[in-house]
Amino acid sequence: MDEYIILMRLDLLTKEAQPSPEQMQVYMKQYQDWVGGIAAQNKFKGGTGLSTEGKVLKNDLVTDGPYVDIKESIAGFITITAKDFDEAVKIARECPILKGEGNTVEVRKIVSVHNQQ
Amino acid sequence: MELPHLFRTEYRKIVSVLCKRFGFEQVEIAEDIASDTFLTATQAWGLKGMPENPTAWLYSVAKNKAKNYLQRSTFFEDKISAELKNSSAEIMETDIDLSPQNINDSQLQMMFTICHPAISGESQVGLSLRILCGFGIEEIADAFLTNKETINKRLFRAKEKLREEGIKIEFPAPAEIEQRLETVLTTIYLLFNEGYTKLRKEICLEAIRLCIMLVENSDTNTPPVNALLALMCFHASRFEARSGKNGELILYEEQDTSLWNADLISKGGYFLRNSASGKVTRYHLEAGIAYWHTQKEDTKEKWEKILQNYNRLLQIAYSPVAALNRTYALSKANGKQEAILAAEKLELTDHHLYYALLGELYTGINNTTAKAHFTQAISLAKNKAEQEALLRKMNLL
Repeated sequence: MDEYIILMRLDLLTKEAQPSPEQMQVYMKQYQDWVGGIAAQNKFKGGTGLSTEGKVLKNDLVTDGPYVDIKESIAGFITITAKDFDEAVKIARECPILKGEGNTVEVRKIVSVHNQQ
Repeated sequence: MELPHLFRTEYRKIVSVLCKRFGFEQVEIAEDIASDTFLTATQAWGLKGMPENPTAWLYSVAKNKAKNYLQRSTFFEDKISAELKNSSAEIMETDIDLSPQNINDSQLQMMFTICHPAISGESQVGLSLRILCGFGIEEIADAFLTNKETINKRLFRAKEKLREEGIKIEFPAPAEIEQRLETVLTTIYLLFNEGYTKLRKEICLEAIRLCIMLVENSDTNTPPVNALLALMCFHASRFEARSGKNGELILYEEQDTSLWNADLISKGGYFLRNSASGKVTRYHLEAGIAYWHTQKEDTKEKWEKILQNYNRLLQIAYSPVAALNRTYALSKANGKQEAILAAEKLELTDHHLYYALLGELYTGINNTTAKAHFTQAISLAKNKAEQEALLRKMNLL
C-alpha cells in the first residue's frame, strides 16, 4: 500500500461561483459521504480544508492569496492509501467536487525525501 | 437487598479501600479479605438471617479481618524491628477508612491503577471485571470465551506487572488525567461491549456504574466521559428488547419498541448535552449514532444523521463493524443500489456481518443473491444467537 494525496481545486474567487448556504450543505454532505466511503475501506489517512486567505512567497516578493493569477486554488486535500495509482485515481474520480465546472482534482503519490531506503 | 447484589456493589469498595491502605503490591490480600468477608456473611446470614444494616455489617467484618491481618503482619515486622511495637489497635481503627468519601476516592484511584497503560487492554478489562466489578474467575472466562486457567494466568501476570512497575493507587497528576482517562474510558467501553455482545446486562450496568463515578468527580467529569456515558445509556435502553424469551438475539428492526427504556434514553440525552464542548471524540459520534437509534420513527433524517456520524467516526476510528454499519445507514439514506456499490468495496470477506449486510441489501433486489449471502453469513457466524437471527431473516425471503 502506498500513500497518495488528493488535492482539490475550486474557484474560490469569483463571486458567482460561490455556493449558497443551502447548496453548501448539499456539497458538504456529498463530500462527507465520499470521504466516509474511503474511510469505510480503511483507506483514509487524513485531510484538511484550507482557508481562502493566503500568502504567496516569491523570492523577496510576498503577494496576497494563492489565486492571484489562477481562478482555481487548493480548497483542501486528503491523504489516502491505495494499492497503486490506478486505485488512487479511481477513488479520486468519485470526488463530488468534480461535478462543479472548472474544478479539478490532482492525485500525487507521496514520496518522502527523507526516506532511508 | 440480596447477597449477590451486595457482592457486586460492595466487593470493589472493600478491595479498593484495603488495597489503598496496603498498597497495590498487596492486592491479593485485599481480595482475599473481601472474599472472606462475603464468605463469613453467607455463613452467618444463612444461619441468623440478614442483619438490619447489611452494608455496615460487611464493613465492620472487613475492618476486623483487615485489622487482624495488619496485627499479624506488624507482629512479624516487630520481630525484625522492635521499634514499631507501639502501633495500637486504635490507630488501625481510623486507618481503615470506610467513609463514603474514601470509598469513592479509592475506587476511582483503583480504576486508574487497573487501567494503567503498562498492561494490555485485555488485562485491564479482566482486572476491572475482577476487582472493580467483583466477577468470579469463571464468569470472566465466560465473558472472554476462554477457560479459567487462561484468565488466572492473565490476571496474575497483570498484577505482577503493576507491582513491578511500582504503580501506586492514586490520582494521576492533573496534567496526566486527560491522557490516563483515555485508557480508563477504553476499558469501560470494552467492558460495556463485552456485556452488550454477549447479552449480559449486569456487565453493561457495571460499566455504566463505573462511568457514573467518573462523572460525579469534578476532576474526571469531562466531555468525553459524558459522551461515553450517554452512549452506554442509549444502548442499554434497548437491552430488554434485544433478546427473546429463550435468550435469542432480536435484531433492531424486529424489536418491540415499547420495551425500550425511556428513562435511560432521557438520561442519555442529559449526558449527551453535558458532553457538548471541546474536541469531538469517537464517543461523541457513537453517542450521536446511538441517540438516533433511540428514535422510533424510520425517517430519512434519522438515517441521514446516522450516516454522517459514521462518516466522521470512520475518519477518526476505523473498525470493520463501523464500516458495515455505515454502509447499512447509506442504504437507508441514499438507497440500496448506492450501498451495494459501497459494500462491494469493503473487502471484509472473512466477516459474517459482511455477508449479512449484503443479504440485507440484496433483499428485494435479487432474493436469490440475498439468500446466498445469508447462507454464507450463517456459516461464518460464531454464536448461536446470531445464527438463529440470520436464519429468521433468510426464511422471510
